[in-house]
Parts: sequence; structure tokens; C-alpha cells
Amino acid sequence: MKGYIHSIESFGTVDGPGVRFVVFFQGCPMRCLYCHNPDTWTVGAGMQMSADEVLAKMLRNIDFYKTGGLTATGGEPLLQLEFLTELFSLAKDRGIHTCLDTSGITFSEGKTEAFDRLLSVTDLVMLDIKHIDDKKHKELTGHSNKTVLNFARYLNRRGVKMRVRQVLLPEYTDTEEQLLALGDFLSDFDNLEKIEILPYHTLGRAKYENMGIDYPLKDVVQMTDSDARRALKIIESKMK
Amino acid sequence: MREEWKGFVPGSWQNEINVRSFIHHNYSPYYGNEDFLAGPTKDTLDLWEKVSELKRREIEAGGVLDMDTRVVSTITSHGPGYIDKDKEKIIGLQTDMPLKRSLQPYGGIRMAMKACKDNGYSVDPEIVEFFTEHRKTHNAGVFDAYTPEMRKCRSNHIITGLPDAYGRGRIIGDYRRVALYGVDRLIEDKQRQKEATQGSMTADIIRDREELSEQIRALEMLKKLAEIYGCDISKPATTLKEATQALYFAYLAAVKEQNGAAMSLGRTSTFLDIYAERDLREGRITESEVQEIVDHFVMKLRMVCFARTPDYNAIFAGDPTWVTESIGGLGTDGRPLVTKMSFRYLNTLNNIGAAPEPNLTVLWSEHLPEAFKKYCAKISIEHHALQYENDDLMRPMHGDDYAIACCVSSMKIGKEMQFFGARANLAKCLLYAINGGVDEISGDQVGPEYRPVEGDYLDYDDVMAKYKEMMKWLAEVYVNTLNIIHYMHDKYSYERLQMALHDKHVRRWFATGIAGFSVVADSLSAIKYAKVKVIRNEKGIATDFITEGDFPKYGNDDDRVDSIAKEVLSMFIHCLRQNQTYRNGIITTSILTITSNVTYGKNTGATPDGRKQGEAFAPGANPMHGRDENGAVASLASVAKIPFIDSQDGISNTFTIIPSALGKTDEEREANLVALLDGYGRKGGFHLNVNVFDRELLLDAQKHPELYPQLTIRVSGYAVNFIKLTKQQQDEVISRTFHSEI
Repeated sequence: MKGYIHSIESFGTVDGPGVRFVVFFQGCPMRCLYCHNPDTWTVGAGMQMSADEVLAKMLRNIDFYKTGGLTATGGEPLLQLEFLTELFSLAKDRGIHTCLDTSGITFSEGKTEAFDRLLSVTDLVMLDIKHIDDKKHKELTGHSNKTVLNFARYLNRRGVKMRVRQVLLPEYTDTEEQLLALGDFLSDFDNLEKIEILPYHTLGRAKYENMGIDYPLKDVVQMTDSDARRALKIIESKMK
Repeated sequence: MREEWKGFVPGSWQNEINVRSFIHHNYSPYYGNEDFLAGPTKDTLDLWEKVSELKRREIEAGGVLDMDTRVVSTITSHGPGYIDKDKEKIIGLQTDMPLKRSLQPYGGIRMAMKACKDNGYSVDPEIVEFFTEHRKTHNAGVFDAYTPEMRKCRSNHIITGLPDAYGRGRIIGDYRRVALYGVDRLIEDKQRQKEATQGSMTADIIRDREELSEQIRALEMLKKLAEIYGCDISKPATTLKEATQALYFAYLAAVKEQNGAAMSLGRTSTFLDIYAERDLREGRITESEVQEIVDHFVMKLRMVCFARTPDYNAIFAGDPTWVTESIGGLGTDGRPLVTKMSFRYLNTLNNIGAAPEPNLTVLWSEHLPEAFKKYCAKISIEHHALQYENDDLMRPMHGDDYAIACCVSSMKIGKEMQFFGARANLAKCLLYAINGGVDEISGDQVGPEYRPVEGDYLDYDDVMAKYKEMMKWLAEVYVNTLNIIHYMHDKYSYERLQMALHDKHVRRWFATGIAGFSVVADSLSAIKYAKVKVIRNEKGIATDFITEGDFPKYGNDDDRVDSIAKEVLSMFIHCLRQNQTYRNGIITTSILTITSNVTYGKNTGATPDGRKQGEAFAPGANPMHGRDENGAVASLASVAKIPFIDSQDGISNTFTIIPSALGKTDEEREANLVALLDGYGRKGGFHLNVNVFDRELLLDAQKHPELYPQLTIRVSGYAVNFIKLTKQQQDEVISRTFHSEI
């Protein structure tokens, strides 16, 4: 089968450990206000590639990825669950470290078979928890966060390593209340490896202009690394 | 054993001139990290402040602080010069004043006069008369022998940057010999060589005898140079300080007599480490004192300067001297040649800040100690002043005592030298193939009058066939031009001191070079995979092209175009090798432009890849700016495909990445840079300049140069002080691909 790929970054260093081959999947159900890849939203667009083709591109230069591996991001890779599973299986056959960057939004508690298969070939999941409060999560993304949090619990049950990411956005996620609640939620996850707070930046804005879409966060200021460090401290205060 | 060598492990180095044997018997590989390093001493900081002040004044004065217009520079021409006599641990300047540029007319009196005139000085008329009427120079000799065709090639910029009016450089004397053996022993050795050069007096034997006499004379003068400074280097050095001083005097003697384009130092750190270890072992010195000697030595290397013209600066921007020092690498026995001294050399960048010189070059292998690799990455990220070259490629060719001259030219120290040959413009050559040898800008018939391309659209096979023929012509005229240059350079501006620090039998590499590499690859790819329409002017010369459709571009790990790039190189080296060379030099080529990619582009018409007339080429073997669209690895993978065996004189790649795209924390960035270098090396990549900064930094430095006196960036095989580049060169650097990831 073929997957819809938006693009490939051959030298990824911020999406998982080490130097990574990063595959951006096309298509996403979320409409996060701060999304910096709006060009990956449309489902069924992009390049059509087989899992073999994608992996072959990586294998050509496997010498560069000894410390890292393969990352699937997007877009929402879980929208192409079967293709993603095939890609990760092929990678695992070669001993390549696999990492999934996802919002977990398509997870469904009832039928996890397909997810079980995926996770059996996934070394690490980077889960984006956009907001810990359901109402705010809807405001921010258009969707409820229930499936996201369930997905996190499911990963924990299965013992899949997890890194949680959150974009620090003024007035949305940078409130003490949100950060404390997130820390509280995460405090009993044994599979949690790391929390990454990503300060909101406006680098995606040009893409909106190019695509002729209105940028929803016009007046919001960028956050800094020190803001992120401060936020992380608050989260961690709940996790002792 | 001689008294001076007490404490060293004996070996064949005692009985013959063999520095490598000395190193391998005596050095201690270091596997640890940088924690042992010492910071700068007060004297170091005071001295550096003085040097910085002089450099500030030099920039304020328009680039030159002072010039000697009356004394022709020789090894012993000047009295002693100091920065601050009481504080300098390593002494010696090119003239009697710091940063005063010496007068070196042997390469060409006209160039010497112009260098003075352009900077507001004038050469003593008596010297001008002498070197015009009575003593011929290299430059005059070359122009006596040039054919009209060669002159045309030069003035139409299909071959440029030729060392026909300035020193060719790229010869590394084994300066370590002076420290290890003392000058007297080296003179004895040379005398024996001369005695053995007998038999029927053919031109070759006569030249050898004359050259050996000059070498002996230069060594005698070297001893005198040390005496001028109150030192005796006739005997072997007994301490680290003496060894460093002797080595520096030898190097200083070379730069007093030769303003070669690249005056490289060699591979000195591990050699000197043996002296440091002996002094430390015997309790004669502390770590801080060792570092102080290194810092002061490096400070001296940073002060080397030559009288040069603005034209010269257009090719070699930023006043470089290429005091290239090669660090690291592995021994043929597998032990790393990394010592504590390798760390100390890099540590000078911390102690006295970043600087373009010496041109610190790490001989990279994935098998280097991890701690050293990490330290290199750390220094690169912080100072962007290092370049990396693949030891795993060069070691099989040169063994483990080679060094880099200039940017990427490897040679065995004291056993091999190079005839530097600038570069040919292969992009222009492609246009000549299309236009039947007519220059697209001047309209002159420069190449042979072959049949031009006919019809409105370019056909790949037709263009390739014509390109091969034109390349054959270019290669022949190019090699012959270089033959004349090197004949005359040997005759009128012989590097006697540097050659005195070589064996008698040296292998000579006959270097050539290529400019416009990625432009040619992309142009041919456009012709093959898209439709290229020719636009001709009223004289019928193709001056522009319209490309319809997309085509694969070099720099994206796409074999369709990368294989074209390889083929172009292979065609050219094959054409070059068909020619007879001066002194039987072995032909090599490089894909390295220094900063001449800007000048070359300026003088080249529009090309089928969509590059407009006058637009800069990409530097060296780099993909064209902005055309590498699949990230850093894909870009590096394309360049790594270029086979070293066809381009043995080096394949230069300059890589710029923004810090946030290299990782989130310092530790991650260091580890990722190491992984990138390991990956590139394993893929067979030859050379990488590493820059880690944002475009905004350069834009700000362009606006406020006064805030960035030491901002150093890697360009093409060397580093420059950013603020010393012209506006145009700065713009070109800013326009290059900055690898980033959102």
C-alpha cells in the first residue's frame, strides 16, 4: 500500500533522540490554533510513496542515523495507521529505532488491535498533549482531549516509552492551573521518559500567508526558552 | 644519545632525518576530556589586548597598518621586532614592527608596487629599478613565455586566480625538523645530498645542485635569524619552549621570504606534545605554562600578514594566509594521534577568542577518541572556526604524517609538495561548448572554433559531445599555462627555506582546480531532464536560456544528477591527465573555489540551470544556494558521492546550520554534530566546514561590524573574519543555504 507523505527531513534533531530521518505524514484532523504545518492538514494530498520507498531513502544514508533513527510526524501519522505500521515494521526488521510523534487523537479505547500491532514496532511515542483541560483543548484544537489522555494511559499499560510534549502558548497553556493539572495527571506514569515544553513561535505564520489562510493568533507574542524552563518547573512540582 | 634528547625513546629518528619515527616512538595518545585545560595567563590576556588593538587600528586604516617600502624581505633582512618583549614567550615578527607588511618583489615587482600603491604607499624607486631592469621576477618570466591563447584565457576568466603574479604557496616545510635536530644537523644532511648529486651535468642535475646550494644558504640564514633574536637553534631543542620557538623561527623564515597564497604550518601539535610531556614529567613546567606557550605561539601565527592588492582580495577574501594546522587523525597502527596538545591548540579559541588563523583543521575519523570528537564539536558550535577532513580517506594515500596545505590539499610532510594551480571555470567551458569557443561576455573567439550548438533547444548528447571536446582543449591550455608558471616560480622565486625542510627526493603534486561544479551539474541535468531553450543575441551568441519543466538538482541525493556531477569530474581529470607536466608532477584536481565563486560567477554568462549572468557560483563542491531541499543529510550525501580518487586535491563543502536545527541542548548539539561528521566520513565525504549560527547574526554583524571584531566564519576551505569581507561577499555568504528545520 502507499502512504501520503508531505515531505521528508533528512537531518532531524528535535523530533526524538539523536539524528533522525523524519517523515512528515500528510493529513491531520486537528486544527490547532498555533499549528506551524498547516500545509499538512489536507487528507489524501502529498506524495504517494510505499513504505519500502520511504525506507529505501533512509537506508541510502543509514550511516548518519546510528545515534538516532526514524521519526513519523506530520500531519497526524495515526490517520494512516496501517501504512505507518508497515513502515515501522520494515524499520524494526533493520534494527532502526522508531519514534512516533502524535496527538493520539484517533485512538479508540474499544478496539486496540491495530494499535497493538503498531506499538509492537514502536520504540518511543512523543505524545502532544495540547491542553489538559477538555474545554480548553476543544478551543485550541477543535477536539476533546479524552482520547488523547486515554491513549497516554494505554501506552503506560503497554509499557511503551513516552515523551510528552506541550506547546507553551500565552493565555492557553502557560497558566499555572493548566501546568499543575498536567503535572498531576502525569505523576503516575511509569513509562514517562521526558517532558518537553516547546515555546510558541511564529515561524509558521508565513505558511498561512502563502496558503491564503487567516492566521488565528495574530497578536500573540512568542515565548522564550526561559518561559519553557519555568513552566517545566511548575509541572515537575507536582510529580515528586 | 645526545644530551638534548634525554628522556626520549630511541629509534631510527636518531640516525636519519625522520620526524615521524620520533613521534611514533614517543607520543602519548590522550583519550580523556578537556578538564585538564588551563585558561589564559595575565600575560596572555595583556598581549592579546595589544594585538587586538593593533588589529583594530589596522581595520581603521583601511586594512593595512604599515608597509615596508625600502627593505626587500629576506630571512635576515630585519632587526628584531616585538609586541611586548617582556611578556612574549615566543618571539619573532616578519619585520621590525608588528603587522608591518614586508616587501617581497621576487614574485613580481609590479604586484609589489600595486599592493603598496593601492594601500597608499610607494616602493622605493631604486628597488623598482633594480627589479625591473636588473633582476627579473617570476611574474616577468611568466609573461615572457605565455602564448597569446593563454593570455586570452586569462583575460576572459576561463582560467583565473593563477599564481603568475604572486607566490604559489601550498608548500609545507617540515618545520619540526629544526626543533628536533637543530639547524647544523640539517645543513650537514643537505651537504651530503649535494655531494651525492653528481654525474653528467644535465639541466636537471644542475638545477638540483643549484637548489641544494640555495637550501643550505637558507638554513645558514635561519640560524642567523634566531641569533638576531638572541637565540641559538643550531642544536636540538631541550624544552617545550625551545622546541616551539625553533619551530616558529623556521616557519617565520618561510613567511619572510615567500608571500605564498597559502603558507601552511603542517601537523605540529602532537610533535610538540612530546616536549610538553617530558617537561611536565620532569617537573619543569606547569599546565598553565604549557598553555601559555601555545597561546603565544598561536598569537604569532595570527599576526602573519602579506602585502596584497584589492584584486587579490576578490579571489581570496578577508586577507587569509592559510596557516593551516592539521590536528588529530589516526596512526597507521590504529592509535589516535590525538594528544593533550591537540586539545590545547583548540583551547586557544577559548583563551584568546575566535580567529580565522591558524586554519585549524581536524583530521577526522570515526575512530578518534569520543571525548576529543565531542570537544571538537563543542568548539565548532561555539566558534565556527574549525574545518574537518576525512583522515580515513587520506591515510591510505599519505600514511599518518601528512598535513593539509591551504584548505584541502593533503601532502606528506617533508616528502611531498604541491604545485598550486588555481582553477578552471567549467561553467564557462560549457558555454564555450555551446557557443563554439566564443566567450559569451566579451564575444572573443577564445577557444577553438568548433561548431556551435544549432537550433533552439539543447540536446543532451550533442552538448555533452561538444563539452568533452572543449574540455580537452581547456585542459591542455590550462596544464601548459601551469607548466610555465611553475618553471618560472622555481627559477625566480624558489622556496629555498621550505624546500630545505624537505627530503631530497620529493613527490610533486601538480594541482589544478574546478570552479562552477554544481552549476555545470545542474545545467546538464536541466538539459537532460527538462527542456532548455537557447536565447541568442544579435551576434548569434547564446546569452540566456529558458528552462521549461523541472529537473533533478545536485544536493538532494538524487542519482540522476549526482551521476552527471561525477561524470563531469571524471571527464575533466581524464583530459588533464593526458598532458605532460613540469618536473613530472602528478596531476590532481580540487573542487574548491576559496571565495572566487563570487568573481567567477560575476564573469560568467547565464547558464542553463537558470542561474543569471553575473550570479555567484556556489562555493567549492557545494550545491547551489537554496536548491538542496531535502535537508542536510541529503545535501551532504550528494557531495559525498564525488570520488576522492578523481579529486585528490580536495572536495570542499561548506555547511551552515542554525543552532536550533542541531538540537535542543548543548549536549544534544555536540552529539548530533559528531553523528553528522561520522556519517559524512563513513559515506566518503572529504571535507566539511562547519558553521553553526543564525542568518540574523550575520545580518547584524553586517550592520554593526564594530560589535563583532572577532566574528569568524568558515567559507570555503578556510575561515574569515566576517567583517573583513566586502559587502558583495558578505551578501553571498548570507544567501547560502542555512540548514534549518521547523
